[in-house]
Amino acid sequence: MRDVSRTLPEEILITGGSIYDPATGKSRKSDIGVKQGVLVAPDAVQTDSATSIDATGCIITHGLIDIHVHFREPGREDKENLQTGARAALAGGFTRVCMMPNTNPPIDSPEVVRSLLEKGADLPVQINVIGAITREQKGVELAELLEMYAAGVVAFSDDGMPVENGQVLRNALLYARDLGIPIINHAEDTHLRADGVVNQGALSTRLGLPGNPVEAEASMIHRDLLLAGETDARLHVPHVSTALAVELIRKFKGQGVRVTAEATPHHLGLTEDTLTGFNTNAKVAPPLRAEKDRQAIVAALVDGTIDCIATDHAPHTVDEKEHDMINAPFGMIGLDSAVGMAFTVLRQAGLAVEQIIDLFTSGPAAVMGMELTPIEEGAPVELVIINPDENWTYGPEDIYSRSRNTPMLGMNFTGRVSAAITSKGWFCRS
Amino acid sequence: MGDKTISIKHLVGLEGVSRDDIRIILDTGFTFREVLERPIKKVPTLTGINVVNLFFENSTRTRISFELAEKRLSADVTSFSAAASSVKKGETLKDTVQNIHAMKMDAVVMRHPVPGAAIQLSHFVDAVVINAGDGTHEHPTQALLDMLSLQEKFGYLEGLKVGIIGDISHSRVALSNIFGLLAMGAKVTLCGPGHLIPPHVSELGVEVNGDVDEVIEWADAVNVLRIQRERMGVGLIPSVREYRSQFGISLERLSRHKKELIVLHPGPINRGVEIDSEVADSDQAIILDQVLNGVAVRMSVLFHLLKPREEMEAA
Amino acid sequence: MKKVKAKLMDADGFERTLTRMTHEIMERHENLEQLAVIGIRTRGEFIGRRIANLMADLKGAEVKFGTVDVTFYRDDFRTHLPSPEIGPTNIPFAVDNLNIILVDDVLYTGRTIRAALNTIMDFGRPAAIELAVLVDRGHRELPIKADYTGRDHPTMTNEHIHVHVKEVDQEDEVLLLEYVDG
Repeated sequence: MRDVSRTLPEEILITGGSIYDPATGKSRKSDIGVKQGVLVAPDAVQTDSATSIDATGCIITHGLIDIHVHFREPGREDKENLQTGARAALAGGFTRVCMMPNTNPPIDSPEVVRSLLEKGADLPVQINVIGAITREQKGVELAELLEMYAAGVVAFSDDGMPVENGQVLRNALLYARDLGIPIINHAEDTHLRADGVVNQGALSTRLGLPGNPVEAEASMIHRDLLLAGETDARLHVPHVSTALAVELIRKFKGQGVRVTAEATPHHLGLTEDTLTGFNTNAKVAPPLRAEKDRQAIVAALVDGTIDCIATDHAPHTVDEKEHDMINAPFGMIGLDSAVGMAFTVLRQAGLAVEQIIDLFTSGPAAVMGMELTPIEEGAPVELVIINPDENWTYGPEDIYSRSRNTPMLGMNFTGRVSAAITSKGWFCRS
Repeated sequence: MGDKTISIKHLVGLEGVSRDDIRIILDTGFTFREVLERPIKKVPTLTGINVVNLFFENSTRTRISFELAEKRLSADVTSFSAAASSVKKGETLKDTVQNIHAMKMDAVVMRHPVPGAAIQLSHFVDAVVINAGDGTHEHPTQALLDMLSLQEKFGYLEGLKVGIIGDISHSRVALSNIFGLLAMGAKVTLCGPGHLIPPHVSELGVEVNGDVDEVIEWADAVNVLRIQRERMGVGLIPSVREYRSQFGISLERLSRHKKELIVLHPGPINRGVEIDSEVADSDQAIILDQVLNGVAVRMSVLFHLLKPREEMEAA
Repeated sequence: MKKVKAKLMDADGFERTLTRMTHEIMERHENLEQLAVIGIRTRGEFIGRRIANLMADLKGAEVKFGTVDVTFYRDDFRTHLPSPEIGPTNIPFAVDNLNIILVDDVLYTGRTIRAALNTIMDFGRPAAIELAVLVDRGHRELPIKADYTGRDHPTMTNEHIHVHVKEVDQEDEVLLLEYVDG
């Protein structure tokens, strides 16, 4: 494995690229220097001794933010831990992540929150923590939301476990409203989903697999939107997968409900057809859907109905994924392919490079109430360098996660991360 | 030259299997029917070939039919039954694969509770894989024996009108019959309670009709599926009485239609539920022919899949 | 590539040979009740049927006739490329205590005959089985020999004998072919 979180060189000079700052929306063609982790003017670094990065043809921008990752610590460090997760994030161009609480034990107490934030403090990627809504993610009793907020969580979610009880969710929304942070509810009516492992439709019928209908997602989102409207709290909808859900979010957003939403690279780039041949690496929750759903998600990213891209990076061991379709776990990794997939699909859909970057930076930052680091002299370095026109094939050597569960290996992408730099470390492909 | 070789390497399902391949398997099936009529019902064809029957789910009938087919071809047969719970407990398909490698098997006949298990297995092993039923996905040899029985009775499959009646959603027999019959040019209409018809199934090229009497009127033959007792009274099928009166194939119902209708049933039969004894034991039911044809068609499948191929010779 | 080296029998010779063989068989087997002819598919079936018909014409009585397909009894299933299309074995009489004349077109290694003998034995216990072949080309690999031979023609290993029958090949003839390089 290449060393991706190398100690940051004393001085770096980035030349030939253009700088896009999503905080201001402005672009400029300029070289830029980094000295002891701080942005400086290019002539402030020693040209002959500085590490130089040729960014010709590239765009230099704010480090990407992924508000939905599973780093499996504590409990399943054989799949991923903070360190390997951070390594994969940086290689994928991400400088900040938000960890979901479905660990073992789950992140449902201020003690677990503090210990994770402490462990993550020295990593090259900023680790943020999302706390559970209910104790042990069981959907029954509220967890200590205020205590966890005090310990530093950025949002609440029971992640893969939908909060079925409407009253519990309503209470959580009211708590979170006063804290100003979002509630993220995994949107699936578990009775409608039942044993579903793939999208319900002609394909699930052909494969004989239990189907998960689009209405399972849409009906739960509908309830959540009504409650968010009633409580005036902030609701964030994770991994939107259906055209029906997009319509609902668009409608309620238009009515002024404080809702934000994310889409994953796999839901915007893949369809249920990836499951043909019973590929367990394409088994994910919510499932990959039909082409019309995929197109609706792309359109929602284009028109702003969906606010950001988040990977739902979910590592699993090879052994677990070698199970059959029912017993293999849900999820795929996504950090190292996110830019490739999103740039490929969204540029074809007509988005400009800068708009795609917004979906990875200012978009998720707004959802989580984060400040972006300004790209100006004197500010700490938090940059990613992306070559939006580089064609590449996603191969095993591009995986920096501890796990390898992805159906995207072998796909061709346009748009690739060349380097990612923070004050605590950096990744550089060349 | 003049040889009939099938193009598939495994029989994991009938989806995508060509009409030519099915035709060859059925034709040889008839040849094996003749072998099964002989005083000595055994031929030495597969002498020295090792076949293992892996049953991760109970199915005495299917297992015995396969064992009989293998033994009548003189194969060396090993059978292994494990409860479905061992699958749940975490024995992965990979463990199965490694066992097959270690046992140096030429062919694996597998029954598994999970859809796709046989297809996944075929990706991992060199041995020939034959799907003996994978959950609610496919049961290709059952559909082949159904088609052999229909071909025997009618002399043709092209244009034949077949109704499939019952819990289609949970039936691997139905799905394999749909793929196989459509490949052979037959017409298929599905009939059952609305919530037991799989979503979007008409996209596969079949008709759906909830009125069993209309289907009987239309069909040349009906394949009556077994209603799983465990689905009774748990919301899916409210009661035996209701199912029987709405969908059951009774003599009284058949007598209202002035026509000769052939009745198939994959067995085991729930007498008095999906079909009445008077019908099951009548001349129009070919249920016992199906049992004999099951052995013949499985012999044919084993024979063709284990036969050396051109490219193997060249290798 | 194959090329025809010689015509060993034309239609007339073919006919004469079958007639002679039929007479030889009947010299030994007076009682047609006790006799049955079984042809090995595919060419042996046609030759056998003609012999049976000739007998029936001469005696004015029915002669039992059956066919065997030896595919399932071959000893080379694992190594050899597949045989021609599988056909039915059809022995519509009890073989027990009958004298059976097994008929094939060409006798070569003897392995097909071995397979046919095993097939017939699975149907019962004949009193005796005799072998009649149109051409014996030598190169036996098993201790099998014909009781009635139309023609002995020792061959080289690169030669091949093709028997054509009018029922499927339009013409009765026996050809000697040679495999040549290129």
